[in-house]
Amino acid sequence: MIEAAERPTRIAVVDYGAGNLVSIEQALTRVGGQVTIARDGEALRDVDALVVPGVGAAGPAMARLERHDLVQPIRAWIAAERPFLGICLGLQLLFEGSDEDGATTLGVLPGRTVELVDAPTLPHIGWNQVGLERAHPLFDGIADQSDFYFVHSFAGQPEPSAAATVLATTEHGRRFVSAVARGPLLGVQFHPERSGDDGLKLLANFLAFVRASPRSGALA
Amino acid sequence: MLRRRVIPCLDVADGRVVKGTRFVDLVDEGDPPELAERYAREGADELVFLDITAAPERRGTLLDIVERTARRAFIPLTVGGGVRSVSEMRDVLRAGADKVSLNTAAVADPNLISRCASRFGRQAVVVAIDSRRNVGPDGSPPTWDVVVKGGRESTDLDAVAWAERAVDLGAGELLVTSIDRDGTGTGFDTDLLRAITERVGVPVIASGGAAGPADFIAAVRDGGADAVLAASIFHRRIHSITEIKAAMAEAGIPVRLTPEVAA
Repeated sequence: MIEAAERPTRIAVVDYGAGNLVSIEQALTRVGGQVTIARDGEALRDVDALVVPGVGAAGPAMARLERHDLVQPIRAWIAAERPFLGICLGLQLLFEGSDEDGATTLGVLPGRTVELVDAPTLPHIGWNQVGLERAHPLFDGIADQSDFYFVHSFAGQPEPSAAATVLATTEHGRRFVSAVARGPLLGVQFHPERSGDDGLKLLANFLAFVRASPRSGALA
Repeated sequence: MLRRRVIPCLDVADGRVVKGTRFVDLVDEGDPPELAERYAREGADELVFLDITAAPERRGTLLDIVERTARRAFIPLTVGGGVRSVSEMRDVLRAGADKVSLNTAAVADPNLISRCASRFGRQAVVVAIDSRRNVGPDGSPPTWDVVVKGGRESTDLDAVAWAERAVDLGAGELLVTSIDRDGTGTGFDTDLLRAITERVGVPVIASGGAAGPADFIAAVRDGGADAVLAASIFHRRIHSITEIKAAMAEAGIPVRLTPEVAA
């Protein structure tokens, strides 16, 4: 649609008090996104895509999302199959629960967030290789096994029934899932906003993915 | 495979990058965000800002620098120097830092580590340990004392014991500086690094004494460090990050090779 091509891609970044939002806001802006910071469900009305960042533990994060009345709007967004990117904790929250503190999370992907076992060091902090399990527009122009920046001790583990959602894996002790994709629902365990040029490329790809999405326009 | 990191450290005083020898004789070496962007381009894996003035009335200057840096350098940023409370840590994170390093304040109040870790997650809490080697009888194994206030004040804490305690309290990473070697270009204290990396499971950043590529390789191979930090050799362009990483790769150490490094 002509209108969609002319206006900027509007991204809501969810702020629920989980740390540094400046870097994701700056990175999305750098690649051409029009970023708004969403502190309640109302802020999701006129945007094309939703980004949930965050670091730390799942329990306090879910409690803060509840307090900001964001849990139901996020569920409704995902149920409506609109473009979504979860980053780090924002990916982990998509699963049913977390072993970190026993928290119940959004449950839109079958599986749990589990500790990285056999890891030589924890937290897993630093640049590590992301191995693609299949091609996806999110990784267009990014070589297989490129380095991205990770900061975490836990990672989402999809149920075998959800194996098809796995987009990429990374090794630290054992292999864990470092990116998922199911239709317009995307998640990465690493921090593209802190991963230099390849990170910016991935975010630019996300914006292109949003523009190409049939459900990217604001709901009527 | 997880890469070993090369981290330029920017000592910041009153909004400028400075470097002295053993925390004194400071020399102005540039604008922090500008240097940060240059280092990101040259392949820095992360950046550390240490605010070494840390006078309370100057905090605004630091937050402004952090924010301007976050707009220009899309790699992780750790900020340390004078953070004494959960609310000060929150301000620094909200300005655009990914991690905060605690030093003197954590020695004075070790539970500060736990409070910060439970609020922001342990991955955001770096504990910086400035260590001074004790001169013991000949042949006795070396020990190190923790020093605080930029090396000006001694404590009776053993550096290795403090490292273990800091991790138990919630530190997600340790920044271990040899005060004896800092700014001297005589190489990292690999005995100190090894003593700590053998006892903790969190990543350890080596600091203090870098002169050339061989020191970075030794910090990883002999010291067991996950990351290596240096200041003067990068600011003064004695060695480039590209050159250091190429030498590490040559020595078989996994590093992130950016296009410039590979070229």
